[in-house]
This record gives sequence, structure tokens and C-alpha cells, in this order.
Amino acid sequence: MNTTIMLFLLQDGITNGAIYALLGLALVLVFAVTRVILIPQGEFVTYGALTYASLASGQMPGTAKLALAMGIVACAFDLFVARKALHARLVLRSFFANIVLPAIVLAVTLYFAAQKPPVAVCIALSLVIVAMIGLYLYRIAFQPLAHTSVLVLLIASVGVHLALQGLGLLFFGAEGQRGPAVLSGAFTAGSLRFTGQSLTVYGITIAFIVGLWLFFGLTLYGKALRATAVNRLGARLAGIRTTLSGQIAFLLASVIGALSGIMIVPITTLYYDSGFLIGLKGFVAAIIGGLVSYPLTAGAALVVGIVEAFSSFYASNYKEVIVFMLLIPVLLLRSLAAPAVEEEKD
Amino acid sequence: MSALLSVTDAHVAYGKVEAVRSVTLEVGKNQIVTIVGANGAGKTTLLSAIMGILPLKGRVAFAGQDLARLDIEDRVAMGLGLVPEHRELFVTMNVEDNLELGAFRIEKSRAKASIERIYTLFPRLKERRKQLAGTLSGGEQQMLAMGRALMGEPKLLMLDEPSLGLAPIIVADIFRIVTELRASGVSVLLVEQNAQAALKIADQAYVMELGEFVLSGKASDIAANERVAASYLGFQHEGASAL
Repeated sequence: MNTTIMLFLLQDGITNGAIYALLGLALVLVFAVTRVILIPQGEFVTYGALTYASLASGQMPGTAKLALAMGIVACAFDLFVARKALHARLVLRSFFANIVLPAIVLAVTLYFAAQKPPVAVCIALSLVIVAMIGLYLYRIAFQPLAHTSVLVLLIASVGVHLALQGLGLLFFGAEGQRGPAVLSGAFTAGSLRFTGQSLTVYGITIAFIVGLWLFFGLTLYGKALRATAVNRLGARLAGIRTTLSGQIAFLLASVIGALSGIMIVPITTLYYDSGFLIGLKGFVAAIIGGLVSYPLTAGAALVVGIVEAFSSFYASNYKEVIVFMLLIPVLLLRSLAAPAVEEEKD
Repeated sequence: MSALLSVTDAHVAYGKVEAVRSVTLEVGKNQIVTIVGANGAGKTTLLSAIMGILPLKGRVAFAGQDLARLDIEDRVAMGLGLVPEHRELFVTMNVEDNLELGAFRIEKSRAKASIERIYTLFPRLKERRKQLAGTLSGGEQQMLAMGRALMGEPKLLMLDEPSLGLAPIIVADIFRIVTELRASGVSVLLVEQNAQAALKIADQAYVMELGEFVLSGKASDIAANERVAASYLGFQHEGASAL
């Protein structure tokens, strides 16, 4: 193999790896805080990407309506839970956050969708829509199960993934879509050619990782999230609501997913079900990081991206097999290192 | 004096097994109340239920408000604090972060003043402010757990076995701080196996056996009680009053 091909594959691998790193970090974050293994992370990717692509091509994305519908259900959940101690402030707050907000976003989306909005508007709307879906998803599917076992949460997670994938088919159809590049143009450095889009991927990934690091290290809410991950009872005794931590975790995960989708969709055609496989690679990285370590996950994600790039060059038929086989030695090592544990008791 | 915390006819069960039966208790303002009893008597279970960690049948009122529908976090916001037996610290975070999170529900400006107050109360924590909580000694962890709870500005602090496993000199320090808390207006509900030390600083006391209170009254009277002396204080009083 000559150096040019190797460098090209490395570059490709790092671009993909950067996306997997973001997704892997989101998975670790959600698992650490809520104990949910977030299989629908891939759907956040698809929803973000296809909402963006739909808007950019002047179509109305069904996800905006889904956000409103989920908001109505979330509001009903809030009111039902608080039925015996309802007060005006609670009702108004729930009504505003769950119904008025998505209704406004739906109206804005309807207005812009008809006139092929600029890229920045498409990105902003896509992020807001998917963020709301993430937030309501937590309220509807996971918050009521917060005290159950990891297994129950996993089953719910699989159910949510299937439901969202089905809805994705309904909203976006079976045809794939591509979106406009966030940053057009390219430049060459030696034998390497950097597109504006790949630079965007690097830039946003680095910005997000630094942002998350600052958020967790310096802000009270970031620390509260870490505290919930370290010790749920301790966090509750300090007055930190685990539901608030869950909401923040899901909000971050959905924004990260949507942003990843928006970064990928100008590079490759995405279908309603493409997100699952992309999310799964983030999951491989998260597993290598033991679902707890952020730096290990980010590093593993880059390895996954690079292995994928090289295997697609040498044995493209076995690309996925090779990537997922990375898990086997890691699981083997972890099983040898970790003592046998009894089944979780709750 | 109107009671700050009043528990009436409380029952707590693990499945079909009742760990706490028909317990009635009051803690007044500026009071240290202690519950003494052997291991497994139900003391920790009772504190957990008052805090909302375990479901409780009966009535619990705090500052005149019924707590039945309130979550742990709401109880914390009302001024009820618990330092549990296992401390439940954020072990991978440093001392300062642990303390800062204790004031999660408190205004930021007040939290800053609180943290200085905690450092005055526990100077050791100030020395260790950047150290991870998990690397502290047992005594320091206990101080941090108390400090974190105090950052939430509780009106009533419930302490579960604060002296467990600690060196006598640190135990004395912790009990001294508990009396200082009372002087600063914080009531304390203290659960202890070290009955001698607890009864010395408490105003009121309850003796718990097999999930029930078998004796209650002024701490000094309880300490003078023959049966209590024989069972929990490790010696027999001469001429102590019979039960």
C-alpha cells in the first residue's frame, strides 16, 4: 500500500471515528446517569440528518409533528402523576414546556419549510426538533421506569428504537436522502485533500468534547450529572432530582445524535434505518470504554473509525464483521478481569 | 414547644416483614434527640423511611407539613437532611465538589458563605479540599458527609451511626460538632450504637428494640435506667431506677 492511500484511509477513518466518538460519549453519559443503554441513539442520528435534509430540500419533516404529539403525551403523563396535588404553576409549566413550545417550533418549521431556508436555519430547527423528541422520549418511556432494573430499561430501549425506526420510515420514506454541506470548499495539503465538511466534523467534535469537559468540570448542573452517575442516592440526598439529571442526559444525547447526523448526511446518503448501524459503532466504542470511561470511549471510537476505513478498503464485504469483531477480545479481557457477579437484584 | 419533626404510628416493612412497628417520635427545635438500640433494631430503617427512601405507613410531619407525598429531594428542600450510615459520597469527585453539590437547592451566594462555615467547622476538609472523596480516611469521609448535608441548610439533621468504625478521638470531635450544631439552631436526630456518648449530648432519647420503642424520655433519665445501662452502656448503675 502506498502512503497516499494509507493517509487517505486514515483521514477517512478519523472523520468517521470523530462521529462515533460523539455517539459513544452520549451513550456513556446516558448509561452512567440513567442506566439506560440508549439503542435509539441511532434514531436521533437519522432524525437529525433527515430532518435537516428534508428542510433543506423544502419539505416539511414529520418529526416536527411527532415532537408535538410526544409533547402532548408527556404533558398528560405529568398531569396524571401530579393529579392528586395539581396546582396552577405545575399545570402551566407542563403545558408550556410540552405543548406550547413544540407547537411554536412546528409553526416555525411550517413557515420555513415552504421556502427552502438557509443551512443555518435548517440546522437550528433540526437540532431543536430532535432535542424535544429526546426530552419527551425520556419523560414518556424511561422516567416512569427509572427505578426498574437495567434489563427492563434495555427492553424499553429496544422497543423505543423499533417504534422510532418505524416512524422514521413513515416520515422520510424508504428512499435515502443527502443534505447540503455545512461548509463547502476544500483545500489540499500535500497529497491529502480536506473538504470543508470533514473539517466541520473535526471542529464540531473537538468543540463538543471540550464543551462537555467544561460542562462536567465547571458547572453545577454538570457536576450534578456526574454526581448522579457516581451515587444516585447520594445525589438525591443532596437535593438533586434524578429526573432532572435524566432529562439533561437525554437532551445532550439527542442533540449529539442530531448533530452527528447533520454532519454525516452531506458525506453519505442516509436512510430511515441507517442510524442504527452508526449508533452501534458508537456503542462498540462505548463498550470498549466499559460504558464508564469517556477518554477510553473517544479513543476507541477513533480506532473503530480507522479499522472500518481500512477494512472497507481491503475487505469491504467484511467491513462490519471486522468492526464488530473488535468487541470479542475486549469482552473476553473484561470477563477475565471482572469477578463473576450475581444477577442484578432490584 | 411545637415539634419540628413528628412521627405518628409509623410502620415500615420489607415485604411482609415489619422492621418498624407503631413508632411515635418527636424532635423539637434546637434539640438533640437520640435513638439507641442494638444492631438490627430498626433504627436505620426508621431514618430511611422518614427521609422518604423507604415507604412508611403512618404520619410524618415536618415543620407542620405532612411529608407523605413528598420525594426525598422535596424533603431536602424543606430542610430535612440525612447523613446515611454508608455516607453515600461522590467518591470520584473532590471534597469541594461534594460540598458544592450539597447546596444544589440553595442560592449560589448563600452556598459560598456556607462552604466557608463548613471549613471553619471541619478545618480538615479545607486542607483536603482538592482531594477525591474516595481517598479520604473514614473520619474525614464522615466529616464530609456531614458537611455536605449541612450545605443544604437543614433545620433538622438526621445522623445515622456517625461514630461507626472511627477512632475515639474523631468520635469525640464529631459529637462536639453535633452539640455545636444545636447551638447554631440545627436540630439533630441521632441514631447511635454508642449509646453512652449519644445519651451524654442528647436532650431526649428513645430506646428501640425489635422495631419498637420500648422506652423514651429525657436522655439523662434514660442513661440512668438500669436496663438501659445493662444492655447498652455496658455497666450497671447502683440504685438505678427499674423499668
